[in-house]
Amino acid sequence: MPDTFTFLMDGRSVVATAGQSILEAAEAGGIYVPRLCHKPGLVPWGACRICTVRMNDRPCAACTQPAVPGSVVENDTEELRAYRRTLVEMLFVEGNHFCMLCEKSGNCELQALAYRLGVTAPRAPYFFQARDIDASHPDIILDRNRCIQCARCIRTSKDLDGKNVFGFLGRGTAKRIGVNARVRLRDTEVDLTDLSLDACPVGALLRKREGFRVPVGDRLYDLEPIGSDIERNSP
Amino acid sequence: MTRKRIATTSLAGCFGCHMSILDIDERFLALADLVEFDRSPIDDIKHISRRCDIGIIEGGCCNEENVETLREFRRNCNVLIALGDCATMGGIPALRNNIPLEQCLLEAYRDGPSVQNPSGLIPNHPELPLLLDKVYPCHEVVRIEYFLPGCPPSAETIWQALVALLEGRQADLPYELIKYD
Repeated sequence: MPDTFTFLMDGRSVVATAGQSILEAAEAGGIYVPRLCHKPGLVPWGACRICTVRMNDRPCAACTQPAVPGSVVENDTEELRAYRRTLVEMLFVEGNHFCMLCEKSGNCELQALAYRLGVTAPRAPYFFQARDIDASHPDIILDRNRCIQCARCIRTSKDLDGKNVFGFLGRGTAKRIGVNARVRLRDTEVDLTDLSLDACPVGALLRKREGFRVPVGDRLYDLEPIGSDIERNSP
Repeated sequence: MTRKRIATTSLAGCFGCHMSILDIDERFLALADLVEFDRSPIDDIKHISRRCDIGIIEGGCCNEENVETLREFRRNCNVLIALGDCATMGGIPALRNNIPLEQCLLEAYRDGPSVQNPSGLIPNHPELPLLLDKVYPCHEVVRIEYFLPGCPPSAETIWQALVALLEGRQADLPYELIKYD
């Protein structure tokens, strides 16, 4: 194939096609780059910076940075793991993440990343901000306490569902997820079949009456770190 | 070999983490060969009698007594372990943290739907520890050396971490033993 090339990632040669992001090329080659706001099928967003790698010694988001022929990329180094750990810790102290009572626990990408990165407790003090819950919809709940503002629901609703149900309101630490209706989630055109409901990496957007169906031990990240499925494809 | 001295306490916790300590079952006999218990709910000693090697803290700080106890542990223990989610992040008691304290007290003692309190008084006796404005994880009050999250951490987690610490080596816990739920 004429338009393929290789670059070096943590000492391994990775094949990429023109225009492919570092993250996608690495994933195809069985290398996991930690990420939160990126989800296959969505246009890369580059918001969470968890996927930060060093390309030719320059930090960049692996989800938005196209792979460059012959470049040297660092991914799984102690320095980058420390950056990612700090980012994950900041997300934990900024929101209200009560894993012990959360329906998403065990299947949560934020929690799983913290496990993978070895976070036992965040070093920064907790914010404990008051945030709203929108439980108005009969079948869907939006709990802003757990939202990490990855915009995956916003982008999925807009780009894949063609609906534009969600959006951001406010700025800075007051930034929060809103719904495209004057009042509540139940007044939007959100539907149980929407792909946006499966886009949330945490427990902020959930279908009601489905929590705790899978017993502890059988959940996604109970026994294996997040990214293990990608690493199993390693040649 | 002299036995290491251990103290344990439950602050703003539910004693679930202490139940999980007891869950090491017959290994408790092996533990008794390795350690001697000082202040702990297990032997009901009320205050630390002499310097301890390890202090195990369950629960965060929700009132002034919790802070006093935690400081007693910090003064008298070489190493402190924050055991469980309440100790490491506030846990269930910290659910009140984004509600003003006054509103919490009024809801609990005057306005709650199941409350019968014609006087409208809120308990306020000198013997009752004063509540803090919010619930604090232990490491926001004193320095903590080790964290074992979980609600509760499994007996296996506690056992492996404790034995590693007693043997003076780094606890390299397997993936499935560090969980937040």
